Amino acid sequence: MEEKAVSIEIKNLVEKWKGKEGNLIMILHEIQNHHGYVPRDISLKLSEMLDVPLARIYEVITFYNYFKLSPPGKHRISVCMGTACYLKGAPSLIEEIKDLLDVEEGKTTKDGLFHLDVVRCLGCCGLSPVLMIDDKVYGKVKKAEIADILAKHGKEG
Amino acid sequence: MAKVVKAKINGILLRVAEGTTILEAARSVQIKIPTLCKHPDLPASAACGICIVKAKGSNKMLRACCTPLEEGMEITTHDPEIVEIRRTVIELILSNHPNDCLKCGRNNNCELQKLTADFGITEEQFPQFLRDLPKDSSTNTIVLEPQKCILCGRCVEVCQDNQDVWALSFIERGIKTHISPAGQIQLGESPCVRCGQCSAHCPTGAIVEKDETGKVWDALRSEGKYCVVQIAPAVRVAIGEAFGFPMGANLTKKLYALLRRLGFKAVFDTSFAADVTIMEEASEFEERLLSGKKPLPLITSCCPAWVDFMEKFHPDMIEHFSSCKSPHEILGVLSKTYYAKKNNIDPAKIFNVSIMPCTAKKYEITRSNEMFASGYQDVDISLTTRELARMIKQAGIDFTTLPDEECDSILGEYAGAGVIFGATGGVMEAALRTAYNFITGKELGKVEFENVRGLKGVKESEVELDGKKIKIAVAHGLGNVEYVLGKIRQAKAQGKEMPYHFVEVMACVGGCVGGGGQPYMVTDELRRNRAEGLYQDDNDKQIRCSHQNPYIKRLYEEFLEKPLSDKAENLLHTHYKGRPVYRR
Repeated sequence: MEEKAVSIEIKNLVEKWKGKEGNLIMILHEIQNHHGYVPRDISLKLSEMLDVPLARIYEVITFYNYFKLSPPGKHRISVCMGTACYLKGAPSLIEEIKDLLDVEEGKTTKDGLFHLDVVRCLGCCGLSPVLMIDDKVYGKVKKAEIADILAKHGKEG
Repeated sequence: MAKVVKAKINGILLRVAEGTTILEAARSVQIKIPTLCKHPDLPASAACGICIVKAKGSNKMLRACCTPLEEGMEITTHDPEIVEIRRTVIELILSNHPNDCLKCGRNNNCELQKLTADFGITEEQFPQFLRDLPKDSSTNTIVLEPQKCILCGRCVEVCQDNQDVWALSFIERGIKTHISPAGQIQLGESPCVRCGQCSAHCPTGAIVEKDETGKVWDALRSEGKYCVVQIAPAVRVAIGEAFGFPMGANLTKKLYALLRRLGFKAVFDTSFAADVTIMEEASEFEERLLSGKKPLPLITSCCPAWVDFMEKFHPDMIEHFSSCKSPHEILGVLSKTYYAKKNNIDPAKIFNVSIMPCTAKKYEITRSNEMFASGYQDVDISLTTRELARMIKQAGIDFTTLPDEECDSILGEYAGAGVIFGATGGVMEAALRTAYNFITGKELGKVEFENVRGLKGVKESEVELDGKKIKIAVAHGLGNVEYVLGKIRQAKAQGKEMPYHFVEVMACVGGCVGGGGQPYMVTDELRRNRAEGLYQDDNDKQIRCSHQNPYIKRLYEEFLEKPLSDKAENLLHTHYKGRPVYRR
């Protein structure tokens, strides 16, 4: 990211929230919404402009689930581990995805294509085990089908 | 007068000032409530839950460390249920703590280990769940092992609040919480200034000094090396704590004897080099005051953590910094030049070990090219007081009954001024004694400057030099620096007269006596006692001022010519540069 662009963006945000209580969290919200994560160079700049130590900013970022420190994947995989899905074999689906994509829970693949999240109850227990890729829902998923499902989204790029 | 509250602890009726915690109140009637996260030097964080007690009429357990005793309370500190809960708390902590005690830097000196022993815990009640957190030795001064951390928060408290460095913080939450610098970086890439206060306050082995005693043993055994050693002022009044001496006992001469028995060929005293620092720094002050070539105030630079802090956070102050090296570095370079030449020893063979109250000195010895002014690394290894205590035990020497010996004279005999360097205000006082002589040509009748002594965070005062009022400030604990620097900056910005002529800063509270490499469990009482030991040493000396020290006079006559001579500038002075707060 260009140094200049970062400065202007942060300057406007800081200006907007100046002097207001709890401004750090509000500014971080806007950055998260805009970028999909909180880039380190922005945090460093923010620390300077708000005169808040970087350590405090990271305490806040890492305390709340909402904030991410790395860019989101292009496609978000959400595997349901609610009770029904869990009993119907969701753990084996997660293992298969981790194996195929070489990715950890809550992390993004090296090529940036997929982000894997484990979630609780997607609200369609009748279809368990369920997973979602972006807004597409897959029900009654079998471990053997995972590779095909991923390939479909992968090809779309 | 504070209001008094009346209450009962374990049936004992007591009166204490309002606001006294249950923990303190219990102690006043000889009841010891066990604690783990609470450090007597720091505010309560109420993190661990070991100190829980019961109050009659309440079904809630109270944390004694942070609950004030209230009027009419009836507290029970020990009953079978309380003891059982405390035991469970310890067992839960142990379930997240590696069983590495035998190979840990804190073995036999660990607060968690001691509690475990006190409670007679011999079995694992809960399965072990260890977090996968790597060891971090990147600062080369302290070693961070977050896996051993019990999340008491002491290091975060000292790093953020006392020192204002903010290298360490609690990252993530719940089971994933750990101590770390901000982000996926190592401590060496963070703002850490290596003051070591985290290591001095850690209850376990999660942060320890980098142990280099092995390298010193190797050097002592090596036939090709001529090992010499120096001890800092603050070490002599603290080392005794590891061997049962009373607080503040001055063991200078026992240390000389001990170091010779360990095999060092010459035993020097950093206090002598402190006298040299004063000769140079007082001359710098005189020059700035009279010629005005460089700006006032002059700011002291013998504390390497302060130097690092200034280079990272306050590079606009560089022009105010004394260019004079710290006493420890001066002794290093003199041992490999002046001493080597006089005694006909090949400086390449000299191995200079320094015993310091400090972890940052381990960083200072390679801080810049100027730390190699002799043509060799001027100080080869720097050990903390805690490491020396271990070496003494390993050597099998009965330190307590060791007869006194003298140091090796040409880099050893010090004036009283040299030894008070170890206490906050000491450098200022020592410098004023000599600056007075340099500026007025006269000697002080009374050499003590009481206003710069003591534990007040910032000590501002005025002294008279030849009819001119000299304004001074002494700050200790990096968290107190902002106030002093803020006043200087404000005066600069407004083109007003500077608020000070001379400023002393020490990174650690109390100065070096409270250093990050000193024995554990430091409190203000201990800091005061250690400092008192140094002031007593000064008081007992015939020669109180650096410029009157005959060995200092001889050093300048035979070798350095005069303060700030070209030779002195080359060997005894250094430069500073701004450094990034974060490397990544």
